[in-house]
Amino acid sequence: MSNPDGLIEQHIPRLRRYARALTGDRAAADDLVQDTLERALSRFHLWRQGSDLRAWLFTIMHNLYVNQIRSRIRHQHEALDEPATDALQYREPDWSELRDIGDALARLPVEQRTVVLLVGLEQFTYDEAARVLDVPIGTVMSRLSRAPSACA
Amino acid sequence: MSRPVITDAELHAYVDGALPAARAAEVAAHLADYPDKAARVAAYREHATALHREFDAVLDEPLPRRLEVPRWYWARPLLRYAAVVVWLTLGGVAGWQLHAYTADKQIETSTWARRAAIAHAVYSPEVRHPVEVGADQEAHLVSWLSKRLGAPLKVPYLGDQGYQLVGGRLLPGERGPVAQFMYQDGKGQRLTLYVRVNPDQEGGETAFRFAQERGVGVFYWLDRKLGYALSGEVEKAELLRVATAVYRQLNP
Repeated sequence: MSNPDGLIEQHIPRLRRYARALTGDRAAADDLVQDTLERALSRFHLWRQGSDLRAWLFTIMHNLYVNQIRSRIRHQHEALDEPATDALQYREPDWSELRDIGDALARLPVEQRTVVLLVGLEQFTYDEAARVLDVPIGTVMSRLSRAPSACA
Repeated sequence: MSRPVITDAELHAYVDGALPAARAAEVAAHLADYPDKAARVAAYREHATALHREFDAVLDEPLPRRLEVPRWYWARPLLRYAAVVVWLTLGGVAGWQLHAYTADKQIETSTWARRAAIAHAVYSPEVRHPVEVGADQEAHLVSWLSKRLGAPLKVPYLGDQGYQLVGGRLLPGERGPVAQFMYQDGKGQRLTLYVRVNPDQEGGETAFRFAQERGVGVFYWLDRKLGYALSGEVEKAELLRVATAVYRQLNP
């Protein structure tokens, strides 16, 4: 078996880039990367030798991130005692103001943001993105096409 | 000419290179005739460019130390296991030898210091009943406890150190009664002095020893027939200062 540290290491910069764009926060992003690395190293035996390691790592990160969001929403829900469904509704961000793309990203619901970033920034194919996110490929396509209001 | 109905999703797929070649060619031809769709494609391309412009710099940032993958990380459980085995073996050997040398003495000593710390933790937070006999009956307190312990006790005066006597109580020790005197400073910070009668085979004097039990510091020492333990949730240096004063008063 190859050493996981060497194999995983080469993917760290891209994991960081994706996490930064996803969270919009440097420290939160690096926390997410750190959690991802720890989980990946401790479960390296579960990685299927020869399969796409990058996709595997991004899948781990995605699952961690979604769990974070869920627990945050649950806490908000408990605190406010009203449904925190806002974060789950699709919105139409103003992509025309591209200078602040981070802001536009932050206003996208998570489901859309992940697709936009995996495909647009990390250059995953639709098929790869669908597997990372564990959704059908048609969902990836519909989320992408709903994202930018500039296209409407 | 066929009438290609091109959806938004297909426009994205076109830009992302996700369309089959034949369909991509159809879309390309279609775009030439429909400037509005061509504009969408251009805008979508611009999104991707903007994402890279904004975030590609992250790729070149130096890794913070916490994100460096430790070498041989995968071997860690094994190494940890090996280390545990080594330590258990060494500890067992050393422990057995130490035990042979020191017999029960060391263990017994730290046990009573521990009891002193626990007694401190139990009684020092008491608001209404911190002591059985208050400082206003100091003479009675001393004669009563001296009688019960079977040794003449003295209550150190710690006013110069900033602590006033609150009073004292009788407690069960391992081998019989022990005494606890409580002191308090102006801010309500409490120290307790635990006094026991040493077992016969353990007379003599020892240096100050320090122990800590759940945040309670203890300086303890043996002084001929009696053993003393001063406990408090204060800085070690502060506790030592008071312990030194106690010792000097008991050995003028």
